[in-house]
Amino acid sequence: MFEYDFMRNAFAAASMVALVAGGVGYFLVLRSQTFAGHALAHIGFTGATGAALLGLSPLWGLVLMTLAGGVGMGLIGERLAQRDVTIGLVLALALGFGLLFLHFYTSAATQANALLFGNVLAVDVTTVWTLVGLGTLCLAALAVISRPLLFASLQPELAEAKGVSLRLYSVLFLAIVALATAECAQIVGVLLVFTLMVGPAAAAQRLTTRVGRGILLSAMLALLAAWLGLILAFYTDWPCSFWIAALSATIYSLSSLSSFRLWRRWSVMSES
Amino acid sequence: MTAGNAIRFDRVQLSLAGRSILNRVSFTIRAGEFIGILGPNGAGKTTLMRAVLGLLAPQHGKIEVFNQPAKRSQTAVGYMPQMRSTNAGLRLSGWDFVAGVVNGHRLGWPSHGPAARAEVERVLGLVGAQALARRPLSQLSGGERQRLLLAQALVGQPRILLLDEPLISLDPHHASAVVELVQGLQRQLAITVLFSAHELNPLLGALDRVLYLGCGEAALGTVEEVITGPVLSRLYGADIEVVRVNGRIFVMSGQHDLQGDAHRRESESRHALAGTHPAHV
Repeated sequence: MFEYDFMRNAFAAASMVALVAGGVGYFLVLRSQTFAGHALAHIGFTGATGAALLGLSPLWGLVLMTLAGGVGMGLIGERLAQRDVTIGLVLALALGFGLLFLHFYTSAATQANALLFGNVLAVDVTTVWTLVGLGTLCLAALAVISRPLLFASLQPELAEAKGVSLRLYSVLFLAIVALATAECAQIVGVLLVFTLMVGPAAAAQRLTTRVGRGILLSAMLALLAAWLGLILAFYTDWPCSFWIAALSATIYSLSSLSSFRLWRRWSVMSES
Repeated sequence: MTAGNAIRFDRVQLSLAGRSILNRVSFTIRAGEFIGILGPNGAGKTTLMRAVLGLLAPQHGKIEVFNQPAKRSQTAVGYMPQMRSTNAGLRLSGWDFVAGVVNGHRLGWPSHGPAARAEVERVLGLVGAQALARRPLSQLSGGERQRLLLAQALVGQPRILLLDEPLISLDPHHASAVVELVQGLQRQLAITVLFSAHELNPLLGALDRVLYLGCGEAALGTVEEVITGPVLSRLYGADIEVVRVNGRIFVMSGQHDLQGDAHRRESESRHALAGTHPAHV
């Protein structure tokens, strides 16, 4: 399967994006901001279709729009940004605009499908390099802010007292989430960003109670879902995004089962 | 122990969202004291702590911590905020929960060198939570999570501990265990403790003085000086009677036990314990 250019590109792109999604997703789940990630993807859809309408690259439209959305959410403040109703309305409005842009953009059907559900097999070399560049930026930024971000997520009042600006780290983190979302959308589409960003991260948090291991495991599980998804898509000819979504859900279900068993074993041991 | 002043409020005016909380209040807390902060809901117990931490600037007057103006990132002050229900579901280990605070303000990857690990072990040891720390937070009881929060507050060897409502939602047995633990730490480490609570009785054996807040005013003194009808009537802006029964103190307005009432309102949703009657406070 690696004799085909499109498979090599797909593997390169999916690997980079999975690592980013796994790492960023761990903090997203820890901070209970997964819905914000979902909303950013929808806002990105508007950016992509708007850019296409203007004859620009949809990827950069997606990146700019999610970035603006992420920074905006961070500035509004965590409390407001976590309100389901606000986020829900904003993302519905964004999708509405996305639809309007598609309406004016005549050669829309395939474009819309690729944006909504992803089309990793159509990724070209230029896009791969763009994804690698953006992904490296994401991971580097996350590595730099991860310690204060963790502090602010676990114990905000204490972090504030120790001089950590909650607002600053909220904005920086959501900007990173925005980039990660734009990356994921290239692989699985804006509707299925959860599959790479939340499924593996939530599973990792069920499987280990340590932070460092959790982040690594989250990235590894995302990588596993992406690779297996590509392989299964190659041999079945079913959409790759379907397989990644199915694998992500499977990984999460298995992690729930195993953590339940471990907990039972632990409690039996401590009773005896 | 008699190392002078730990915290000094000099004609401090504090407002929150346009509402006046403290109105030109002055008092001095000496180093090494165990101060119980009491007062009705909304009297400003949390606001006062946030001001000492430098998170809230007074509109008037000045706040000093060890004779320096109060500001953010003071290493001398440790803080235990009210327990957040959001942490209760975390599957993170207690060790990682505490370690997240060590050098948490510095940029970089959250790995820990030998010094940081030793600090985590030290604070876990102080609160007797080494064994708890191996388990995920989601499997700990409220009292056990409370110990970890206390460990976090002790990171960096503070000389003042601000503890915001540590007894909230704890049953009387666990509440007295927490008070004993804090009193032990205060003596062992020779630190100043500000301990806010809804009820006076669990703290009676531990505190040196009481800081009672109400109606924008504050009264600092021994229990005998502050917990009296006249002083509390002024702070509550209502007629207050103080009743002492078997070494316990009840603050009554008409037929109601005010502290018990406040506690009940606060903990109603948390545990429908039968008989959170004055006799149990």
